Amino acid sequence: MSVNADFVGRVFTGTPPYEVSRVKIAEFSSAVQSLHPSHLDVEAARALGHPDVIAPTTFAVVIAQRAEAEYITDPAATIDFSRVVHADERFTLQRPIHAGDVLSTAVHVDSIVERRGISMVSTRTEITDEAGSSVATVRSTLAVRGE
Amino acid sequence: MSEEIAVVKVADVPVGTELFSATVELERSSLVKYAGASGDFNPIHWNERFAREVGLPNVIVHGMLTMGVAASVLEEWIQDPGRVLDYGVRFTRPIPVPDPGSVEVTVVGKLGAVDAEAGTARIDLNVSSDGATVLGKAQAVIKT
Repeated sequence: MSVNADFVGRVFTGTPPYEVSRVKIAEFSSAVQSLHPSHLDVEAARALGHPDVIAPTTFAVVIAQRAEAEYITDPAATIDFSRVVHADERFTLQRPIHAGDVLSTAVHVDSIVERRGISMVSTRTEITDEAGSSVATVRSTLAVRGE
Repeated sequence: MSEEIAVVKVADVPVGTELFSATVELERSSLVKYAGASGDFNPIHWNERFAREVGLPNVIVHGMLTMGVAASVLEEWIQDPGRVLDYGVRFTRPIPVPDPGSVEVTVVGKLGAVDAEAGTARIDLNVSSDGATVLGKAQAVIKT
């Protein structure tokens, strides 16, 4: 079954807010081999003008993928995850994510385009803080192979 | 990171100048660690039997891990990771990871463009493994 194109334009906001911790930032930094002190040492981060340790550039993917799951695992969306390949990813950061942030997500299904039996599914996750200010936009395209 | 990274002010050099270069080593445990840290437990990144069953040559690196380590090289060079404003890539080629063994990912950053008015610069990243480019159109915009 091909990916359900009726989902284009839908917005998913059912994922609970994500609380960013120093421990999670340190764990993610270690996994991507980023040893920059601003991820690990509060004083080093503050010396650069940040309120607390800041997350590596791609950390927002943790928050975005958690939120995208609400769409991708929706049976009516008909996305067979065993046939999915990640095609592209882009982060636009209004400010660095830091420990203590409580971040909400809205996943927009921007487009579903079928080309030669492969469905390209593009989502845009808007991440906002408790004040409602935009923190980051995460754009992702999945390539879903047909049967 | 196996090479020392020298900091160059982008205003001082012409577009196209190589700004930094580093090589990162990844092994199976790196993938398991990234799976845990990111929450991406797709078995193609840790289960060789499963990876081969779906037609891959072996377990492959998470595209997001490759994207992440390339960002780490950039962050180390710019000295304040908070200066990255935008970062995008296309995943063009999977990186199989042998066991035992490891793979090397080489990241080279060049100055792509400077926007003096906006106070930003575009850094073009060439990310390769085993002599082949693995990320397409890998570009970051930083505050200068």
